[in-house]
Amino acid sequence: MGETITFWVLAVVSVAAALGLVFSRKAVYSALMLGVVMLSLAVLYAVQDAPFLAAVQIIVYTGAVMMLFLFVLMLVGVDSSDSLVETIRGQRFWAIVAGLGFAALLALAIGNVVFTPAVGVGQVTQAKGGNIPALAEMIFTRHVFAFEVTSALLITAALGAMVLAHRERVRPKATQRDLARARFSGPQPSPLPGPGTYALHNAIDMPALLPDGSVSAKSINRVLARHELEDDFTPTDPEKAAMIREALAKGEAEEREHGVEAEQPIQAKDAVIKEDGQ
Amino acid sequence: MTTHYLVLSALLFAIGAVGVLLRRNAIVVFMCVELMLNACNLAFVTFARQHGNLDGQLIAFFVMVVAAAEVVIGLAIIVMIFRTRRSASVDDANLLKY
Repeated sequence: MGETITFWVLAVVSVAAALGLVFSRKAVYSALMLGVVMLSLAVLYAVQDAPFLAAVQIIVYTGAVMMLFLFVLMLVGVDSSDSLVETIRGQRFWAIVAGLGFAALLALAIGNVVFTPAVGVGQVTQAKGGNIPALAEMIFTRHVFAFEVTSALLITAALGAMVLAHRERVRPKATQRDLARARFSGPQPSPLPGPGTYALHNAIDMPALLPDGSVSAKSINRVLARHELEDDFTPTDPEKAAMIREALAKGEAEEREHGVEAEQPIQAKDAVIKEDGQ
Repeated sequence: MTTHYLVLSALLFAIGAVGVLLRRNAIVVFMCVELMLNACNLAFVTFARQHGNLDGQLIAFFVMVVAAAEVVIGLAIIVMIFRTRRSASVDDANLLKY
């Protein structure tokens, strides 16, 4: 009885979370939904006499893999939302049709099979003195070669990730002297105005005001401003809202110009240093 | 109960497959692949109990190991593509198409 209740609760939760994973617009929500699915599956493993797998599921999946996903998500940019342009016409419709058909096919096939009452792994595990000793004996006797190959796989994966994520330094590292020189030869030697200076609040999303009361475009945090524009949280003062919008557009245009070459300033700096040297 | 677990596993697998087909963000596509692997693991564990045989649990354990390795490599590739193309969308990595 207890198992039935657990199953139905977790089945509903995990299917809902899986749908949320597929259909939520923001990638971070998808990641959290995946975490919910994995945790419910861990409980289902525990209910089905697989305590070792339940623990491994929580440690490896919800611990390590989810952390890796979130880490890469932050690295790649949280606000990179999906484009809604279909590159293949009708792909979305046919994907959903195919998914429904596939689910119906599998469910009907499974529903047609008559299962005898489950044997349960209790007998096997009790003979070996528990779930983990029984699994360990199998891993280190019958499947020991597969286990050893697994270690090779893990080492290969670790090396591969290091090689793939490694980036060669194509120009020498900028020293403190170079950075100082670039800063003073640039347009703004002083730090940028902090957010909220002279404004009514000093929250990070409040742009600083210049002495004449207008918004200083340099103090606008572009990431926050983008979110505010998306969610319509711009200040009630239409002039300030327009300034934020304008500053954001300008910043994005600059970003597009520099684009991939985020290290443009350093290049300019090199030129300056070379001129000085000659 | 076995049927229930298997149907749940099939549903999760189908949802994951739809996600792989629908989503354009490479990271979300990857998460959907993980969902499919997890659904398979649930089926393995269920069959282990159905037949009173620990092999299913053992295979699920190996699937987890392979999935972890796959995530590491896949995410490294995504990061690398993002560095060169400034995009995590699967539509933008189409240089081999033409």
